[in-house]
Amino acid sequence: MTTSRQIEMTVNGRTRSMAIAAHHTLLEVLRDDLGLTGTKECCLVGECGACTVLVDEVSVDSCLVLAAEADGACVTTVEGLAVGGRLHPLQQAFLDTGAVQCGFCIPGQLIAARALLARSPHPSRAEIEEGLAGNLCRCAGYEQIIEAVLAAAALDETGDRAVADGDAHAPAMGDRASTPNADVAPQ
Amino acid sequence: MTGSVGTSPARVGGIGRVTGQQAYVADLDLEDVLHVKLVTVDAARGRIGEIDARAALDVPGVRLVMTAADLPHPIPRFGPQRRDRPVLAVGETKYHGEPVAAVAAETSDAAEEAARLVRVACEELPALHTLAASLADRAPLVQDPSLRPDDPHAGTNVLSEHRYGWGDLDGAMREADVVIDGTYTFPMVTQFAIEPHAFMAAPDGDGIAIWSAIQHPYWLQRVIADLVGLPLAKVRVIAPDPGGAFGGKQHAKYEPLLAFMALKMGRPVRLVLTLEETFQAVRRGAAQVRVRSGFRSDGTLVFREIDADYLIGAYADIADRTVAKGSYTSGGPYRCPATRIVARSVLSHTVPSTAFRGFGNPQQIWAVESSMDEAALQLGIDPLALRLKNLAGPGEVFLPDDRPADGDWAQTVNRAAELIGWGTPVPPGRGRGLAVGLKSGPTTGLSYSTVRLLADGSVVVNAGTSDMGQGARTIFAQIAAQELGAPVEWVRVVMGDTAVVPYDQQTSASRSSVLMGNSVLLACQDIQAKIRAMAARLESVEEGDIEVSRGEVRIGDRVLPIRDILVRGLGRLGGEVIGIGEARKEAEPGHPLGGTAAFYEFNCTAVEVEVDRDTGDIVVARYVTVSDVGKALNPTQVRGQDEGAAIMGLGHTLMEQYIYDVTGRLRNLGAIDYRIPTSMDLPLQMESDIVENDDGPGPYGAKGMSEGALLPVAPAVAAAVRDAVGVVIRDLPLTPERVWRALQEAQVDAP
Repeated sequence: MTTSRQIEMTVNGRTRSMAIAAHHTLLEVLRDDLGLTGTKECCLVGECGACTVLVDEVSVDSCLVLAAEADGACVTTVEGLAVGGRLHPLQQAFLDTGAVQCGFCIPGQLIAARALLARSPHPSRAEIEEGLAGNLCRCAGYEQIIEAVLAAAALDETGDRAVADGDAHAPAMGDRASTPNADVAPQ
Repeated sequence: MTGSVGTSPARVGGIGRVTGQQAYVADLDLEDVLHVKLVTVDAARGRIGEIDARAALDVPGVRLVMTAADLPHPIPRFGPQRRDRPVLAVGETKYHGEPVAAVAAETSDAAEEAARLVRVACEELPALHTLAASLADRAPLVQDPSLRPDDPHAGTNVLSEHRYGWGDLDGAMREADVVIDGTYTFPMVTQFAIEPHAFMAAPDGDGIAIWSAIQHPYWLQRVIADLVGLPLAKVRVIAPDPGGAFGGKQHAKYEPLLAFMALKMGRPVRLVLTLEETFQAVRRGAAQVRVRSGFRSDGTLVFREIDADYLIGAYADIADRTVAKGSYTSGGPYRCPATRIVARSVLSHTVPSTAFRGFGNPQQIWAVESSMDEAALQLGIDPLALRLKNLAGPGEVFLPDDRPADGDWAQTVNRAAELIGWGTPVPPGRGRGLAVGLKSGPTTGLSYSTVRLLADGSVVVNAGTSDMGQGARTIFAQIAAQELGAPVEWVRVVMGDTAVVPYDQQTSASRSSVLMGNSVLLACQDIQAKIRAMAARLESVEEGDIEVSRGEVRIGDRVLPIRDILVRGLGRLGGEVIGIGEARKEAEPGHPLGGTAAFYEFNCTAVEVEVDRDTGDIVVARYVTVSDVGKALNPTQVRGQDEGAAIMGLGHTLMEQYIYDVTGRLRNLGAIDYRIPTSMDLPLQMESDIVENDDGPGPYGAKGMSEGALLPVAPAVAAAVRDAVGVVIRDLPLTPERVWRALQEAQVDAP
């Protein structure tokens, strides 16, 4: 029989309290209970990276984490990258370089790339290859994905394009605290 | 105009793909849906006895355990080439993973638990999973001969045999100074789209709706209509953009099962396969290919004899067509006066093989191009020179009664050679190799489209193509933008719903930019003709004095944007102008393939590798891929397709293969034990380039191009390995172990 458990997570800046099945993974809860289907399901053994999310700013395969383990954590999914309707620099760079093909791996790639840039704001190509090695792309746009991460990292160095445009400020890469989406009222 | 043809606007649909909004099948939610889980037995070939569902039905929330007994008798069968695949296994399973039952429950947890509790009495029987076993005397028959009436091979496991040839082979054999004879093998590999297959079905009024990430929505519509006895119009196929397909999502798999379940329950049903189940649903055919080629001592090819056996699975799916098509052009892009090709589709108790990027060609190109490399070595002729010497020139007929060479292919080969530095000294410890690949494009085709020019000048394109990552939406939007004078951001491309978009035969053979592209172009031209009539009426001039093209209306010296005429012409009620496009390539019944090639895909790949002699590990140091694309409608997407195909090709070249054990169970199911290239497996340096001579049959001279760069990867890499360490390897993949063993054997054999 399923055991239910009450948990509270902050997901993309919004506090969510809910009863979950104790055996459900974070991936299942995000997709099925919260309707955040941007995070994808593929291998379910932590090899493909399609389900990558940030839990307290650490990138994890959400298929390998029980939702109960994320109780009290801050979770960021691909839906939380764009702020105020403005694309995150990584998202824009992925579009600009043609890194997006079928798109199924892209949410995981973006989250893994964001975690990488948080650890290493100006990664070398080798660091990017290693940092994204857990995210499979069968369209194999790896070259373009690497170019996108390099472009986003360069953008961050020269100042955010959003600021230059005088638009809303996108969060700086290392600035973890700025992620919560202020537009969404807590539940 | 932004996004016009030949530029690279951002992918249409790209924003949804970076924000998580793009809804793939598994992301869709249907009210009141039942979750389905397949029930399989732990055997490849098993005689199915009683199926006891009592414990499963006791699981709270379980609503149905469907078995063959719940389906019409005889069991409905389907398949794109032969109606041989039952909706559920009946009597005997034919491969490891074939479902014998399916559970539908209120939750996926309940469905999974119940599926484990369905008890299936099963007597395991000997299974065939190699060519040798399937072709052995007295081998059990994979398919009941009663399913194959009037089939001369019905008493064997040969599903069919294809024979092609021309010229005087016996005479040519006498002319050869050198004969190269080799046998090459290509493993079973799987498409491994990152999106596992997902399906839904629901009663839809007096009809049915099916959701599937399918490449051919209209083909699926026919299959379902036929199976459940509904008119086409009452079968609505909704095909959200696939999350990768690569051929594996061309044809029906579990949609028929779901249709029967939905109709039985009167409720929506949903099945999302695991990756492991997807491995057991789709793969590429393995092959063993013997190539005998004769040359004069100056390198002139005088004959080619090819015998290819493809190990297909338990059901035909589209596999036999991949064998036919992959064999017909297997001699390659060369002039060869005498050729004999025999190819067989051999049934086995394995996952039914189906279309996979390259469609039967990579297996034979691996063999024939490797044999070209061996020939060059034996003849003492440079491998590049040998190929150039025999390559068909532009317009040359190299396949009797088929499309002549539709490109200046030497340009492509020379460009690849130039980029890799062919002829310059190879850095110490490295080897260089080069190979070419040719594939026949679609042999028939039919693509309708409608284009709607709305009152403000924005555009809606309706096209039945599936955008599985190749970027068809973007291409069609660019064509419409160019022709109707709208910025590409003003174009919406609607796909994937048979209730909405007009008929398209299929999304395969790299056809969409050409066939649907031409259809969209014609629909735009239909609109242009209507705009011309409007302008004639508004300006009181003869239609003949008005020209409408590339978004503009020319009346004498005056040039007006289409939109000006549109707004005035539509008048106070507004509305829209609708254009209809139809592009067809008729069948040619006398042709061995049923039609000539609409175009050829041609690629030359050149690589430089390093081989670790102690471990057998191959590092691809430099990689060059050059494709003849006719015209790059979107250069960024062309690059994505070429480089993506190259890396996919490195998968079957270096690491990918199904491993069956002696009982016929697939042992490396899933992402842990079956490796595909990651970002750590890229060539150290990669360069892609294209040849554009505007000489294709598509819009603005485009050719299809999404498969070409995969075709010659393996023979190019193997040639480079041979160049680096002197061993010829004829079996894929070139795993470290295989390379190491070859090096050891070479050492033992060395004098």
